[in-house]
Order: sequence, then structure tokens, then C-alpha cells
Amino acid sequence: MKIEIMNEKFDPWEALVDYKKNVLLNDSRIGATSVFVGTVRDFNDNEEVENMELEHYPGMTEKYLEDMVNSAIKKYNIIDGLVIHRVGLLEPTDPIVVVATWSEHRENAFNATRDIMEALKAQAPFWKKESTNNGFRWVKPSVEQEDTANEV
Amino acid sequence: MKIYVKYFASVRDMMGKDSEDLEIESSTSANELWKSLTVDKKTPVRVLVAVNHEYVDKNFNLKDGDEIAFFPPVTGG
Repeated sequence: MKIEIMNEKFDPWEALVDYKKNVLLNDSRIGATSVFVGTVRDFNDNEEVENMELEHYPGMTEKYLEDMVNSAIKKYNIIDGLVIHRVGLLEPTDPIVVVATWSEHRENAFNATRDIMEALKAQAPFWKKESTNNGFRWVKPSVEQEDTANEV
Repeated sequence: MKIYVKYFASVRDMMGKDSEDLEIESSTSANELWKSLTVDKKTPVRVLVAVNHEYVDKNFNLKDGDEIAFFPPVTGG
């Protein structure tokens, strides 16, 4: 498993090739690889986004991402999983996140990648602050992910 | 007892600081602490709370040495 928070711009495809070569070592049990890559858009809520500052809660973020991948390994019997997420200053077209899972058959890899990504959106402690023509604004979560965790 | 408080994102902006060490009465709940810290503030509707890197219910009772964090709904990915 690989969980990494990156401060610098990264190439998700290079990271995957690297992980496959150096960690998975062309594991011959693998029949399916499923990958999700999220990138910064230049438009959100009808406003042009110039750039974006992403912050996180060090320690808690890594713990939750690791738990999410472990849950997917158990639930879908996948062979391995990887999550790399950016923090810091990002510009449109920059990759924000890559989630990848490897399994014997496609269904488990598709499901595991989706589950990890949905859990990440709902629970991993990251926050986006966008810079637009009208100044800065904290991004609000979309409605469908608003029913999680605990409030004071 | 002593606790360590952290604030993130818009909650940090509202509090004007990112962390503080506090001396509080034993078995104070997360919710009681939040109310006492924000008496004079207009607080956002939704604030999440984590203790020692784990989400907790608002009635969670704090212990000596705990790290508690208050933050808005998350927006990663």
C-alpha cells in the first residue's frame, strides 16, 4: 500500500509506473488495474478559478486514507491500493489526487477505487481555498457528501 | 487538565489562530468546549470535531493530554 501527501506538483502516471515496477514487481495475480485521477478545473460555481490552496490535517489525513484502503482491501479482496494527494498551491490542470487499486478481476478494482474515492471526499481532512476574480473563498462540499462524520 | 486545540481552514480564519494549549475542567465535552471558545462569535452551521486524529461525537468527553480539532466539512479530492 502507498499513501502519500505531496507538497509539490506530481505526475500520477509516472507514480503508477514507478509503483508497479518497484513495489508490485509485475505481480502475476493482477488481472485488473483501476485508476482515478482528479485534476484542478479552471471553473467552479460560475466563477473562473485562478489557483487553489489545499490544506490538510497532518497525521489524521494519512490515518484515514490508510484505513480507507485497508477497508477496500478487506471488502473487495483487492491485491493492493495507492492514494497520492496534493496539498499546497495548485493551478488549473494540476493533478490533485490519484487513487489506484489492483485486483484479480475488474469488478473489485472498479468498486474499490470508487469506494476509496467517495470515502476520501466525505471524510479525509482536506480543505480547498479557491482564488477567483472576486478574491479567495473556501470551497463548500457538494450536497451529496454532507451527511457524514460528527458536528459540534 | 491540559488539552491541545487545533483549528483548520475557515474555522482557523474565524478563530484568528491555528492552535492553542488550554487548561479545562475534567470531563468537559467537545461540544461544551466549542461553545465556551466561541461565546462571542458567529459560528458556522456545520463544524466537525476530531480527537486524537479520529472523528468523535459532540458529546465526547475529553481527557488530559487530548488533541482536539475543529474544522469545516472536508473538501478534498
